[in-house]
Amino acid sequence: MNDSTITQMDDVTLLAALRRGDESAFATLVERHHASLVRLAMMYVPDQAAAEDVAQETWLGLLKGLDRFEGRSSLKTWLFTVLTNRAKTRGLRESRSTPFSALAKSELDTDEPSVASERFLPPDHSQWPDEWGTYVSAWDEIPEEKFLTGETMDVIRQAIAALPPAQREVITRRDIEGWPAQEVCNILAITETNQRVLLHRARSKVRQALEQYLNEGL
Amino acid sequence: MAEEITCKELVELVTDYLEEALPTEQRARFEAHLSRCEGCQSYFAQMRRTILLLGRLTEDTVPPAAKAELLTLFRNWKESGESDPPAPAE
Repeated sequence: MNDSTITQMDDVTLLAALRRGDESAFATLVERHHASLVRLAMMYVPDQAAAEDVAQETWLGLLKGLDRFEGRSSLKTWLFTVLTNRAKTRGLRESRSTPFSALAKSELDTDEPSVASERFLPPDHSQWPDEWGTYVSAWDEIPEEKFLTGETMDVIRQAIAALPPAQREVITRRDIEGWPAQEVCNILAITETNQRVLLHRARSKVRQALEQYLNEGL
Repeated sequence: MAEEITCKELVELVTDYLEEALPTEQRARFEAHLSRCEGCQSYFAQMRRTILLLGRLTEDTVPPAAKAELLTLFRNWKESGESDPPAPAE
């Protein structure tokens, strides 16, 4: 098979090729899912090297278990489930993991405005109580290329790294990996409402970091 | 109609709005405020842009060294012909 056809194949087709020992099928699956696996592993283990290890173990687990993989769940779901279990075990061994429920609770118990209250007019303002008191920049005036630079993406990565762990985990699964809300609620065992609160706080902080960075250039 | 929401309230509701979790009346208030408030329009657009950019992080590529290691793993697996024992019949 040549490489351009193979990169367009779906996971099911690639798995079939993988069972026949096709290395390029494996390489394509790795390109497709490895970065996500490492990103998720980072939530449980202390550093990048450990995250890479866990992701590697997950791939080996897939290869060894190929005969049993019957496609009842999607490959992606399977990989992420195995990875999460392995990363958690390893995180515990390295005594780093606090249960998600405890992290979420401590983050939900605090009150966090999405936007600093100084940016609004005071609640007792005679004409415009609680309306914007500071200018909100219109990002559509910023050239499109600016958003796609490595520097802008780094601002986002750093903002995510700085988030409290439960918020980081929710935004990573929802907005980066694109999981449906219901699946995130299930795997993290939280209510839809709490999931939305964590997601909203995380998004608000990333937005703020972007605003700070982008406004420097305006 | 019930009282309009303020800008300070709107910024707290953006995700609930996007996730279609607002009750009908609240949703109408959100939209009414948005349609008349330029600051909130900009803010709302910033949030949507933020979400869009977050989705682009998945385009991160696998570093060559990590990929090479995985391919070695693959070749070793293939040579050894190793697989887990078959699952028990259900």
